[in-house]
Amino acid sequence: MCTYATVQTTLEGSAKGPEGSWFAVTDATVYFDHPVHALAEHTLNIDFADPAKGPGARVAVELTAAAARDLLSAIQEALDSAPAELTA
Amino acid sequence: MSDSLSAESVRITGHDGEEIEAYLARPSHPPSRGGVVVIHHMPGYDRGTKEIVRRFGELGYDAVCPNLYWREAPGADPADAAATARAGGGVPDERLVGDVGGAAGYLRSLPSSNGKVGVIGYCSGGRQSVLAACNLDLDAAVDCYGAFVTGTPPEGFPLQVTNLVEQLPSLRAPLLGLFGNEDSHPSPEQVDELDRILTEHGKPHEFHRYDDAGHAFFATDRPSYRVAAANDGWERIVEFYGKYLGG
Repeated sequence: MCTYATVQTTLEGSAKGPEGSWFAVTDATVYFDHPVHALAEHTLNIDFADPAKGPGARVAVELTAAAARDLLSAIQEALDSAPAELTA
Repeated sequence: MSDSLSAESVRITGHDGEEIEAYLARPSHPPSRGGVVVIHHMPGYDRGTKEIVRRFGELGYDAVCPNLYWREAPGADPADAAATARAGGGVPDERLVGDVGGAAGYLRSLPSSNGKVGVIGYCSGGRQSVLAACNLDLDAAVDCYGAFVTGTPPEGFPLQVTNLVEQLPSLRAPLLGLFGNEDSHPSPEQVDELDRILTEHGKPHEFHRYDDAGHAFFATDRPSYRVAAANDGWERIVEFYGKYLGG
């Protein structure tokens, strides 16, 4: 299916992108739809991007729904394990 | 019959007179032939889509696929271009109609053209194929599992997609629909609704629905590929275009 569902958010951080170079990411697009590469019919896809630098300034991940939920838990666990004053 | 063909990237005039990239395949025979506009799926103007364009060339049609994301991402990797287009809200319907109209005009301008042009689209392109056939003078249209021809798109998301129910009375070309019974977008009920609406309005259409197939069963590079449905679907397309684009 084409879900068309797309959620966008702004970000502050960096990603290692095309040709191994780091760049500042400003935006993320999150959607559950067909992957380009993952061998699943649908995946949770995240594009970390800096649109100002053009279409190639993008790090893409495609995760199965279960993997995406595991990642959510892992991110939460990592944030919770850090001293609160560092993650405020 | 010769199976020789040539394929290349070209520039065509799309919506609002803007020049866009397109992928063109042309057979060496027959000397007079129909044309097919291929509408790529949401993942973009990719290798799989270009293989489909060449297959129509091998079948004896001039075939062209406009790069619907050219404006947002000229020259970009297809996946990057698709991501950019999605983040920007997708392809507006009006622009899609203009680009398909430009592609159809390009095909009709070729010296080999018999004047007849069909359209085919996959996935999101299935909906866009129906959209084009409601708004342009085309001779045949094929919808491969297009979501939201009927049914209600999700609300509150950046991609503004509406269904085509109000436009269906304007459908100007016979429609071939190919659907998987395990698909949820479009669901079998939504395909039933489309069938009913077209019947009520006296629009010629022919639907084939496959068990053991869901969405994107033509996509040979994806787990959704279903060889039996895809093979039969190609046969239905050949028969349908032979009927409406030949001569």
